[in-house]
This record gives sequence, structure tokens and C-alpha cells, in this order.
Amino acid sequence: MAGIDLEVSEGEIYAFLGPNGAGKTTTVRMLVTLLQPTGGTARVAGHDVCEDAPAVRRSIGVALQEAALDPLMTGRELMRLQATLHGLPTEEGKRKGDALLDRVGLTQAADRRVGTYSGGMRRRLDLATALVHDPSVLFLDEPTTGLDPVSRIAIWEEVKRLNDEGTTVFLTTQYLEEADHLADRVGIIDDGKMAAEGTPGELKSQVGIAHLELVIAAGESAEAEEILARFGEPMPSRDGTLMVGLRGGAADVAPIVRALDEAGCAVEALELVQPSLDDVFVEKTGRHLEGAADDQPSVDETVPA
Amino acid sequence: MVAALGRRSVRQAFRRPQFLAPIIVFPSLFLAVNTGGAGRAVDLPQFPPVHGFLDFQLAGAMLQSTMLAGVSAAIALALDIQIGFVDRLVAAPIARASFVLGRLVATGVLGVLSGLWFITIGLVFGAEIHSGVPGALVVLALVGLNAIAWGTIGAALALNTGSPAVAQGIFPIVFVILFLSSAFFPENLLLEPAKTIAEWNPMSLIANGLREPIISDLSWGKTLEGLGGIAIVAAIGTVLCARGINKKLRSA
Repeated sequence: MAGIDLEVSEGEIYAFLGPNGAGKTTTVRMLVTLLQPTGGTARVAGHDVCEDAPAVRRSIGVALQEAALDPLMTGRELMRLQATLHGLPTEEGKRKGDALLDRVGLTQAADRRVGTYSGGMRRRLDLATALVHDPSVLFLDEPTTGLDPVSRIAIWEEVKRLNDEGTTVFLTTQYLEEADHLADRVGIIDDGKMAAEGTPGELKSQVGIAHLELVIAAGESAEAEEILARFGEPMPSRDGTLMVGLRGGAADVAPIVRALDEAGCAVEALELVQPSLDDVFVEKTGRHLEGAADDQPSVDETVPA
Repeated sequence: MVAALGRRSVRQAFRRPQFLAPIIVFPSLFLAVNTGGAGRAVDLPQFPPVHGFLDFQLAGAMLQSTMLAGVSAAIALALDIQIGFVDRLVAAPIARASFVLGRLVATGVLGVLSGLWFITIGLVFGAEIHSGVPGALVVLALVGLNAIAWGTIGAALALNTGSPAVAQGIFPIVFVILFLSSAFFPENLLLEPAKTIAEWNPMSLIANGLREPIISDLSWGKTLEGLGGIAIVAAIGTVLCARGINKKLRSA
């Protein structure tokens, strides 16, 4: 790490966005006391990660990049072990564990070995184990990497629900959509340094405005260009596609389409393109976030024990 | 905390038969082959007076079993490190060494179970525990403690390498260490340089301590020597374990 300064407010969802090797996991490991920093200070839930590490561990829940689950244990056994590790009395641990398994939809599978679970089930179990002791801060290291879209959305919904209940969430991700969808604030990290920080809206507004891309029927492009110039900021066309910058965003689209229609210009294709966090990343680092062009997770597979 | 982790490790061993096979199957086969093939060794001059060769061999089988229990523990812990399960434990508010202590407790339990196994099959096939029930209890205690001592060696190996393959690779070394001791043959009947090595090998102290209650009256001198041998192994393992834990906690 080359120096990270950040502050996460209580009750916030903070997303740490960056490519592979940027330092996201290293940062998380230092904050959850798995790795000793070589310089600087950090406080989590009011406790210094070096001076008062046990207090940090009592306050946090952790779901790391690899869902570190013993494939030979059942989901219920793992929940009970986790409860014991956090000092919960046996009966309370059983009750909370069963409630969490139900919350993440794993009651039916609770007595099956984890090795028979799908990737999505393992992530949900991992999340549940991180919550058994009601942590005030939850660390999620790439929680949806490798999950199918349905499982991914389920995780997002659960994270939002937890945050609504008051849990502060620090998550790392390489998925723009995840940071955009979930986070109150985003920190963009590259090469061990913070490249940018702010709300998703603030960051995107730093790099430009939305633009409309249109494909107009042959022979009508010149007239269409004149019309577009009345509504927004003309941009160079590309491969026959006309483009115009829209300060008003989506609200400006309908008047443009009406005007083109009235002028008899046939619109063959239309797309509103918003600035993305990848645009922010390009602006700050000069290159794209890895996989930004293909921001879809791969489908997970069940790995038997 | 340590008990919960120990229970988990014992459960893991029984759910993964390949972890149990080295502790029970190999030493049992070895015992059968040795006893069946070299039983006339008791007729050699200076061979200790024994009821039968099987009685003499039981200690070696138990020693082999507990050493291999340590290796199995190393593989299991290395797998835990590899899948990140140790990170889960270290991120919890428990004493940092608990995840190792839990593994050691489990290895001790498996050691005692293996001791019971060998005492049972020994009795079934005609061996006698010369010093009776008290002697059998001393044997079980030494076996359990030796398993824990070798568990520290296994844990050290896992923590310092993080590799199940490396842990598995030391299986042959276990046999070399055992053959260069009095585990399978009296020291005084070994040829040089094996004899000298055996005299300095802590495994000989442990083997003799395990064997004495089986072939003779209970001798606290031999028992204490056995404990001394166990302490040497445990001391080496503990120092290496501590280094391994510090290394693990410093690494990303």
C-alpha cells in the first residue's frame, strides 16, 4: 500500500472500488486485524487495529474474498462454531444461528455439508456467520465475485437490509454496478493509492455529462444534427452514430425524440449513456477498470466435497 | 473455545477417512507384517524378555500411529490455511493460538483412540499388558501426550509452509526416524551407526516408556524417560509453531 486515508461514517455503506491487485483486500485485511500495517494508524468501531485488536474483532463481522468455509462441516455446525468463537452462550448461539440461516434462506440446507453448497449458498452462509454476534461494522471483500445475477441481487438486498438496520458496511468490489447500486460513498483505489472518493453521483459528475447516441435513417443525418444542436452540446459522430451531450440527462430525451419525429427523421436506434465510475477511473488513472466493459459475474458452479 | 475447535477437528478426521487411515490402517498392517515376519527375533541373545514379539512391537505401532497423527494434523491445518479457514478463526476475538491448540487437543484425542485400538487388537491377538490396567492407563497417557507433541510438529510444518503437499511429503521421514530408534527393535541389537543414532533419538525414550508397562512391571524411571522424550519433541514443535504463528499473522 502506498498510503490510504479514508473515513467511513457510522451507518454508511462504503465501497472500495478498484482492479485486481489495487490493494483492496490488503486494506481490508489490515482493518480486520489479519495483517499488521507497517505504517500509519487505523481505527475501526472506535478501536485502534494495532493497540486494541481484540476489541476490533469483537465489533466487526468479516466475510472475506474466499468464503472460508470448512466443506466437511454443515451450515448449522459452522454457525454454532462461529457463535462460540464470539463468546455467545450455547443456547443463544443456537437461536441466533438458526434465525440467521432462515434469514439467508439456508434453513433447508442447514444440515447438509457445506461442500455440497453452490457458490451463492456459500456466500450467504459466509454472510450469515459474519452476523451472528451483531457486529456494528461489516467487512465484505468482493461479496458477489463469481456469483450468478440472481445470487448477486440477493446479496445486495441483504446488504441493504443490514444497513437499514444500522450496520456500517465496508465492501470491496471490482464491479462498477455494485458500487453504484449499493454504496453511499465510493473510494476508487489503484496501485495502493486512493484515486478518487465521493458519492457515485459526485464522482460521475466530475467527468462529464450524459450523452445521447442515435442512429438516424440514411439521408436524414444532416437535418437530425441540426435538431440535436438545439437541445444539447454537439459531439463528434462515430461510425454513423450521432451524439449529443445532455445536461438534463434522461429528462432531455423525450423533447429530442419528439422534435426528430416532427421533422420526419426516423430514429433507428437510441441509447442514453451516463458517465460511469469506469469513466472516473479512466479520468484519474488513464486506464479502464478491469472488466468494466463486461460487468457481469460468471455463473457459479457447485463444488462437491 | 479450544474444546469447540478440538471437537471440530476430531469430527473432521472422522469425516475424512484418508486422515484416519495413516493413524490406524498403516500401523496395523505394519504391526501384522513385523510380528508375522520377524517373530523369531525374540530368540536372539540379549533380546529383552517378553511374553511375545507382538508385545514388544505394540509400542512401535503406537508410536508410528501418533507420529502419523501429527502428519495428518499438519495436512488438515495446511488445508485450513489454504481455504482461508484459519483467517476466519484469527479474525474472531479468540486467543491467537487457539486454532493450533484446538488442533492439538484433537490430535491428542485421536492418539488416545489409536492407543486403545492397538491395546485392544494386541489383547485379541494374544499380547499381555504385564502391568495390568494401571500400565495400560500409563500407556494411553503417554500415547496421548506423544500425539500432542507430534501435533506441534505437524502444526509447525503447516504454519511455516501452508502446503498440504509438503506436509504429506514428510511421511517417509517418519519411518526413517522410527527405524533409527528402538521403536521396532531393541537398541542393543541394532548395528552401527543406527545404534548410536537410536541412543540419541528421543523416539527411543518414548518407545521404551511405552513398552515398559506392556512387557514388564511399571517403571516410573522409564515412564519419566518417555515423558522426557515427549517433552523434547514438544519443545521443538512449540518453538517452530510460535514462529509459524507469527509468520502467518504477518503475511497478507
